[in-house]
Amino acid sequence: MVLIASLIDGLLIGFIYGIAAMGLSLIWGVMRVINLAHGAIIALGMFGVYLAFTGLGLNPYLALLLVALTGLLSGVLVYGIAVHRVINAPYLSTLLATFAVNMIVIGVGTAAFSTSPRNVAFALGSLSLGVITLTWTRVAAALVAVLVTALLYLFLYRTRPGKAIRAVANNRAAAELMGIPSSWVLALSFGLGTMLAAISGGLIATFLPFTILAGAGYQVKGFVICVLGGLGNPLGALIGGLLLGAMEGIIPAFLETSWVPVLEFVLFVLILLVKPTGLLGSRK
Amino acid sequence: MKRSVLSVLLLGLLLVTAQCGPSSGGGEAPQASATKTVVIGFTVSQTGSLNVSSIRQDNGLKLWMDQVNAAGGITLSDGTVVKFKTVSYDDESNKDRVQELYTRLATEDNADFLISPYSSGLTAASAVIAEQYGKVMITTGAASDATYQEGYTLVFQAYTPASRYLTGALDLLGHLDPSVKKIAFVNENDKFSTDVVAAAQVYAESLGYDIVLAESYDSGTPDFGPFINKIQAAAPEALMGGGHFQDGSTFARQLHEKGIPLKFVALLVAPPEPDFSEIGDGALGIVGPSQWEPQAEYTPESAEAAGVEWFGPLNDDFVRDYEAAYNEEPSYHSAGGYAAGLILHKAIVDADSVDTAAVKAALDRMNILTFYGGIKFDASAESHGLQIGHEMVYIQWQHDDAGNLMKQVIWPLEGATAESLYPKP
Repeated sequence: MVLIASLIDGLLIGFIYGIAAMGLSLIWGVMRVINLAHGAIIALGMFGVYLAFTGLGLNPYLALLLVALTGLLSGVLVYGIAVHRVINAPYLSTLLATFAVNMIVIGVGTAAFSTSPRNVAFALGSLSLGVITLTWTRVAAALVAVLVTALLYLFLYRTRPGKAIRAVANNRAAAELMGIPSSWVLALSFGLGTMLAAISGGLIATFLPFTILAGAGYQVKGFVICVLGGLGNPLGALIGGLLLGAMEGIIPAFLETSWVPVLEFVLFVLILLVKPTGLLGSRK
Repeated sequence: MKRSVLSVLLLGLLLVTAQCGPSSGGGEAPQASATKTVVIGFTVSQTGSLNVSSIRQDNGLKLWMDQVNAAGGITLSDGTVVKFKTVSYDDESNKDRVQELYTRLATEDNADFLISPYSSGLTAASAVIAEQYGKVMITTGAASDATYQEGYTLVFQAYTPASRYLTGALDLLGHLDPSVKKIAFVNENDKFSTDVVAAAQVYAESLGYDIVLAESYDSGTPDFGPFINKIQAAAPEALMGGGHFQDGSTFARQLHEKGIPLKFVALLVAPPEPDFSEIGDGALGIVGPSQWEPQAEYTPESAEAAGVEWFGPLNDDFVRDYEAAYNEEPSYHSAGGYAAGLILHKAIVDADSVDTAAVKAALDRMNILTFYGGIKFDASAESHGLQIGHEMVYIQWQHDDAGNLMKQVIWPLEGATAESLYPKP
């Protein structure tokens, strides 16, 4: 029973890891940029919900809409300022550009909020099914994550801008020849990736404590998940997130918690060795 | 060390010649009252996981120093006025940084005395350096017993040691409900929490408790879901453990959200912090050991009754001055920081010198009561410097009449400000 309860807890948080990783994966898939500012944006998403809740008294899920919109706009802005000029340069340039954004955000965030832990004192109660107790904030966060994934898929497959993103991801030169404004599409993709990071941060804030530095841990998980699911494949990211969440839930039932990262990274290396394209493969 | 001894000798020589002047020559030599500025070195975790408690500790120490300096310093019998200055760095809550920085404080900054960083782990790292460079160190915010079993001679502890942190909570539980038998221990996997819980487990077994779960978690664990599921399966009646602020407050919150039916929960470090109430109803009923509380009842009269000397400000004065200086209620870390300064202050007064050997001898003899509680050090070779005069108080978060969360002292009964809320809601 402990195992089932832990597995469910793990899977619920896995959905949120999944959308954080989906953001990373989308940006990589469309423009071949490893976004090292992802963790910092996750932390900003947490603080967005925290400030809206404690300062404005806004419901955290309503605050999430605000956080998503701000995430989208700031992503477009970051792309325009830091990434666009180096988009065709070698990987190292974009890596460093996003790392610089990360350092700026963390630095300003530390000055503004300090590194003290914060809590959003918000609870929805819990649901007991025998020995399994589900916390509603976690269930709600997982549902929001599923909803966001569904909306992202609808956007990518059913709308013109979404199709343009997929076209640019497939072949940027050809897409440009067809009259697709690739700069705008890239900016939009970066914005969407950033928005996903901000949403995942906001969701985490509804049930876990955080500091301005908390995003880094989730970013590392994001990389592991992307490799598990296949870089550039958003659905793979969600499945990878669930897998990682399940591991985090189950392993402590048998072993000390210090084994969790060991086993996660063993799996990471194994996937790289056996199926480097990830479980769901990826577009090359 | 050598340099500070040399400077003390030079200072002494200067004073002797200044005093000899008038008597031999009979002229009008100016009455020089030399001012000696003593450098106190320490690190603060301005950043990293320990920053909340560490910054409060730093605030307490600075308040003491500002007050002593503003009152004109300490005047020794030879007329020397001792004033204080601090040199401190951010250790980023990182042990490696602590060792680098304390070496720097001892060698480049020529600190005369050292104060420990916050937390037992960082303090253990810094104590080695203090001993190596022959500097007296007052440790505060560090309760682990092990540091005082290393044979150090210059390290003195202001906190009640870890081995006595949760023993009072077990006494309290026994007092509240003798029928409780099943107890779980879940603690952070660091030096301090492990020491506390190891001692508490031995004590619990000696009292006849059945330990149904004993688990530890990594520092920085953000999610206690897996542990809470295990706790639920083991069905204990009481839970003790925790570690530091961040994990302790998360643990309490998740226990509440999961609705685990526990009658008694005592966690380390986090509950006495004023910010603990940020987790809302999760804080209600949680018990925590505290080195000191603003409502503490130590007075010059209680010192007289106990036959020990009273030293330093009254409790209310400390609370008022701290609030005026930092615009927040002092936590026990703040009081501990102030107490570290006060201990050094008293030792310098008793030694009538700032010489390391004289101050060490004064610390070995010290037996005083302050607003923070008793201070007396173990002078034996086996556990030199261990605090033996100070006692813990236990607080619990309860609702006041308006329904707001507030801390009450519930144990020991002599100092209690409210009845215990039992079983935990």
